[in-house]
Amino acid sequence: MFARGLKRKCADSEDSPPAPPACSLQRQSLLDMSLVKLQLCHMLAEPNLCRSVLIANTVRQLQEEMSQDSAWQVPAPASAGRGPLERLVSTEILCRTPWEQQGGHSAADSGGSPAPDLLSEPPGAPSAQAPRGAPGCAWEAASPRESRGGFQRSLDQIFETLDSKAPRAAEGLFADVDGPYYDLDAVLTGMVGAKSVPGDGFETLAPTGAPPPGVSYKRDLGELDHVVEILVET
Amino acid sequence: MLLSLPALHLQTSEYHPLLQLPHGRLGPWCSPTGSPAPLSCETGCGEGSWILVCRLLVPTQVSLLSMEEDIDTRKINNSFLRDHSYATEADIISTVEFNHTGELLATGDKGGRVVIFQREQESKNQVHRRGEYNVYSTFQSHEPEFDYLKSLEIEEKINKIRWLPQQNAAYFLLSTNDKTVKLWKVSERDKRPEGYNLKDEEGRLRDPATITTLRVPVLRPMDLMVEATPRRVFANAHTYHINSISVNSDYETYMSADDLRINLWNFEITNQSFNIVDIKPANMEELTEVITAAEFHPHHCNTFVYSSSKGTIRLCDMRASALCDRHTKFFEEPEDPSNRSFFSEIISSISDVKFSHSGRYIMTRDYLTVKVWDLNMENRPIETYQVHDYLRSKLCSLYENDCIFDKFECVWNGSDSVIMTGSYNNFFRMFDRNTKRDVTLEASRENSKPRAILKPRKVCVGGKRRKDEISVDSLDFSKKILHTAWHPSENIIAVAATNNLYIFQDKVN
Repeated sequence: MFARGLKRKCADSEDSPPAPPACSLQRQSLLDMSLVKLQLCHMLAEPNLCRSVLIANTVRQLQEEMSQDSAWQVPAPASAGRGPLERLVSTEILCRTPWEQQGGHSAADSGGSPAPDLLSEPPGAPSAQAPRGAPGCAWEAASPRESRGGFQRSLDQIFETLDSKAPRAAEGLFADVDGPYYDLDAVLTGMVGAKSVPGDGFETLAPTGAPPPGVSYKRDLGELDHVVEILVET
Repeated sequence: MLLSLPALHLQTSEYHPLLQLPHGRLGPWCSPTGSPAPLSCETGCGEGSWILVCRLLVPTQVSLLSMEEDIDTRKINNSFLRDHSYATEADIISTVEFNHTGELLATGDKGGRVVIFQREQESKNQVHRRGEYNVYSTFQSHEPEFDYLKSLEIEEKINKIRWLPQQNAAYFLLSTNDKTVKLWKVSERDKRPEGYNLKDEEGRLRDPATITTLRVPVLRPMDLMVEATPRRVFANAHTYHINSISVNSDYETYMSADDLRINLWNFEITNQSFNIVDIKPANMEELTEVITAAEFHPHHCNTFVYSSSKGTIRLCDMRASALCDRHTKFFEEPEDPSNRSFFSEIISSISDVKFSHSGRYIMTRDYLTVKVWDLNMENRPIETYQVHDYLRSKLCSLYENDCIFDKFECVWNGSDSVIMTGSYNNFFRMFDRNTKRDVTLEASRENSKPRAILKPRKVCVGGKRRKDEISVDSLDFSKKILHTAWHPSENIIAVAATNNLYIFQDKVN
């Protein structure tokens, strides 16, 4: 009825690390799948909070294991991570973040440079239009208060919607656009010139630079806004 | 004594300790309700044979027709519905519940409708018809709503129905969707007043000049009419989706639980409720656990349990504090390290929790197992039953198609000796706690003729598949049995399969 399931953990756990590549690949695909699941929610009705929490916990666990394993891996050149742009941004950013960690221990919020800011929005944006990124990119939106590992922070954004004071969050999110990630930002969201556009949320996020990879981005922006908003009550 | 709480000497008060309302009855406010009636037929699930009593469909057309007494439900099902497929998404049954005597069976569906079936009375002419359930009442409980503030639809799907014990001629039930709980009164009317002076038979006003005599209106018998009226609407108390409601044994209060909070209501008061559990973190970034189900103890009106998405159960005592954030007991089984995977947490999430009728045990359902816990032992369950362990190697695919998030319910039989839960491919499973035998049965049109004995099913895991077995890869994961119910005193079960309601009975009965 369905294809045989992927093995969900390393077959040879007795072997010492480095983890076999197959394991990390399967972990990667699981992570991709999880992130897609978190984004694709029913737009008309509120998404199931239990399901979202379970997926988010799984994602955290995956990320922790990957960051553990990354200590054994040679960092791949940055360009290798670009790959097909349909792949979720988060995966390559995720792969990058652990390499920059000072420690390499499992705590998800240790070290790591702030993830890219991928949205521009004026600080005065109403809370209903709290800043979001392109699908996958939202996970990387920087928290204003801490400079934690990008992924963990962005994951928490999902749950933080309600409680965050939007204007402050908005300011913080766009405060630190770091150089290395800027190109990625531009490519993915196609908003090179859109940083200072005032006004109302997502309509202004039409790609002005390089077109986004696929029409889905624009729709996903709106979707993601909805998702994150309704995931936690306003 | 269930719990030995130290130094809690409560006066028996005239007033409810939390709500400060005078009790409806005088006397101690926690009087036990008495033990359930003994089972009329005490066969285990293995020895007994289960037969299909009737299969009921609840699309609109059927329910209207069935209001007439002389329509044979079977006739409707056979001719009407075999040829015309009226099943729509709105007809998917989302909850099933017997009332306390088992005379009535309520179903709720995704379209916000409640259909109540009544057991056919015994009659000399049609002895074999006893045990069948016919439509008694149908009403629209919840309508779809739109939350303008959040630009979201509020689904009208009925998440749970709970009956109140019968205290007069009318029946009362609670039904809830994601946000609003409603108390419905279902009553019969078989007489109507006739002979008004100022109105004629059609209800039109009569010209006073034409009235020459006075008469006293009398009650005349009429065709039986069952009417459902909403008596209370308990709204605007839940930010998140309501997953459980539970009537307290004091019959004055009930609780409603959503993902993060549990509220206590008094049936008479709709504009306020008490929040008794709140697990919402101050910083939503830290949210990792939600409430999945909650239930009151069947006899101790101060005690309730709630389960979480992390596979834990907390038992709380409302006498300890107003906000029961600190549990009295905490039930959790240590994780088996050999079975650890990325999906361990997801499959440990508890989808249903039910007290036994005796109040001594609780049963929990997670994705692959059913566990029975003794309230006096918190560190592990006393019994664990594998529902469909052959799915353990398929978890990744089930995660992909979202089936891993399916919430199966579980039920006790009247004597707490057998437990039942659903599975995929329209299978449902029964476990006899005494004999340790289990059986897998199927609820499907193709395989059940009325009164035919259900054949036990078997899923084959290995290579060689026997003739009657079905292989794991052939299972239909779109046919899932999430909702089942067991008659409180007899071996009659109701199984909801999508838009079909199957009623099975133990043949020995």
